[in-house]
Amino acid sequence: MVKFKLNGRDVSVDVPDDTPLLWALRDDLDLTGTKFGCGVGQCGACTVLVGGRATRSCITPLSSLEGADVTTIEGLDPNGKHAVQEAWKDIQVPQCGYCQSGQIMQAVSLLKDYPDPTDEEIDGVMGGSLCRCMTYVRIRKAIKKAAAALRKEEASNG
Amino acid sequence: MIKRLLAGAAAIGAVGGLGFLYYAWYPPIEPVEPPDRSSFSAEQIERGRIVAAEGYCAECHTRTDMGGGPELAGDYKMETPFGAIYSSNITPDPETGIGNWSEEAFQRTMHLGVSRKGVHLIPAFPFDHFTKMTEQDVSDLYAYLMTRPAVHMTHRTNELPFPLSLRILQAGWKLLYFTPGVYKPDPRHDALWNRGAYLSEGNAHCGACHTPRDFMGAEKKSAPYDGAVVDNWIAPPLNEHNPTPTTWTEDELFQYLRYGVAPLHGPAGGPMSPVPHRFLSTVPEEDVHAIAHYFADVDHAAEREKHDKAALARAMEQSKIDLIGPTVDPDAKLYQGACAACHYNAAPSPVLGRPDLALNNALWLDEPTNLYQVILHGLTAEEGQSGVAMPSFYNALSDQDMARIAAYLRRTRTTLPPWTDLEKKAAAVRKTITTIPVNSSH
Repeated sequence: MVKFKLNGRDVSVDVPDDTPLLWALRDDLDLTGTKFGCGVGQCGACTVLVGGRATRSCITPLSSLEGADVTTIEGLDPNGKHAVQEAWKDIQVPQCGYCQSGQIMQAVSLLKDYPDPTDEEIDGVMGGSLCRCMTYVRIRKAIKKAAAALRKEEASNG
Repeated sequence: MIKRLLAGAAAIGAVGGLGFLYYAWYPPIEPVEPPDRSSFSAEQIERGRIVAAEGYCAECHTRTDMGGGPELAGDYKMETPFGAIYSSNITPDPETGIGNWSEEAFQRTMHLGVSRKGVHLIPAFPFDHFTKMTEQDVSDLYAYLMTRPAVHMTHRTNELPFPLSLRILQAGWKLLYFTPGVYKPDPRHDALWNRGAYLSEGNAHCGACHTPRDFMGAEKKSAPYDGAVVDNWIAPPLNEHNPTPTTWTEDELFQYLRYGVAPLHGPAGGPMSPVPHRFLSTVPEEDVHAIAHYFADVDHAAEREKHDKAALARAMEQSKIDLIGPTVDPDAKLYQGACAACHYNAAPSPVLGRPDLALNNALWLDEPTNLYQVILHGLTAEEGQSGVAMPSFYNALSDQDMARIAAYLRRTRTTLPPWTDLEKKAAAVRKTITTIPVNSSH
């Protein structure tokens, strides 16, 4: 039995210790926004946040998350209106859309570390998130737009 | 003449043998009724809790295999070059634990490595360190242990081969290697340093893992804190031979020991992880400061620190190699896909929780052991930086993949000569993992 926080709620899942987080999310917790891509932590489609950090859920054992705080695409914002999601819609980033929840989660984590990212920083952090539709140019554009929105939000809050 | 010589030699031998027996023999100390909880004050028990935490008693006196065991009830399996041994039950159970030990018996055990019954203990129990503890600390520890829940549990039989299984021989080991005696403050140093030395050399027994051992299993006095292999990990050097590009300063050491992560070095992993999380985060902060202060002196931080700025700047340059702009190097692509999203850092310094591999000891040690261990196991949210997890690449990366990543990182993120036999070593480390961390086969 592993207990952790999922999208702000306490959950406990009774599965074998070696179960990957992704399987528990999709099969046991009915959160299918997180996608299965390669299954070996090489494509980024299954990215979620653990303790605010982008983490490949397909190879993260659930047992390693005891007490951790996990956020999936469903929990990013109660109305699906996180600045990165808004920018994604405004710029019409996705084509097939399969990688986008992973891309968005990775981008959210990036903006936490680099609130005003340069192209280099975006490439450095987002390089492990693959998009077979080649929407990379729009992804970069959306990240910069979201960054600007978040900075503005920050300024008005502060 | 020859007869007389032989007789003389025999006499000397006999006297020597008797002398050895005299040296080796300790009388049993009479069992006592388990002391009542009320015979210890709450303050003393609390002081004892701190002593127990600073000595990590529960780490080696709690079973971890076979689904774990009750705290302090022993049966922890310790692999040694001589065979596996199992720790004793130190809960106050009178039959299987230390419930009928008087404080006198407990003091003798900690200071001389002899059990209540007069049996010499195997030095896996680091009495060569505990001998340095004050009587007061041992007394407080006794109060703490005697007020824990008693657990009735025996440990498995040690797997030491004959004649090592003869405990009397441990006395010979002691004669050669063991210097009993409480820590004596060094007057050349201040109180903080001496407190740190007292804790590190005594109760915290840092050298037990971080000092290499000779063929008899004794810590090499000629190479204190030179680093050693323990539990299939490398316990890195804690002296000036520590190879990380930035210095382990007092502050870095403190962050690491208190919170499990040092901003410029990375998280505590493997067997080191419980030291901050389970133990040193629960003791008075000034004790952790004292240990950090002491080791900043042991590793000559003051002389080395001046190079840190340049080392950091170089590491930040290295962090972006192959991650910026197009690359055709397949090894770089493998690294980018598997690792870089979390391990990339931009100037001026790494973000906490994005350990920069160019600064991490895993890449700078003589062998890739720790790098492979972390890749295969990952880190749980309870290890390293709290709340953050690293996935397990056990199924995601083959031995060949790991070898490629190791060679690539050593080549591009350090200034050291390449590692050798990387694939073979990857397979060897993988073989040490008996429980596969994650089942990501599909």
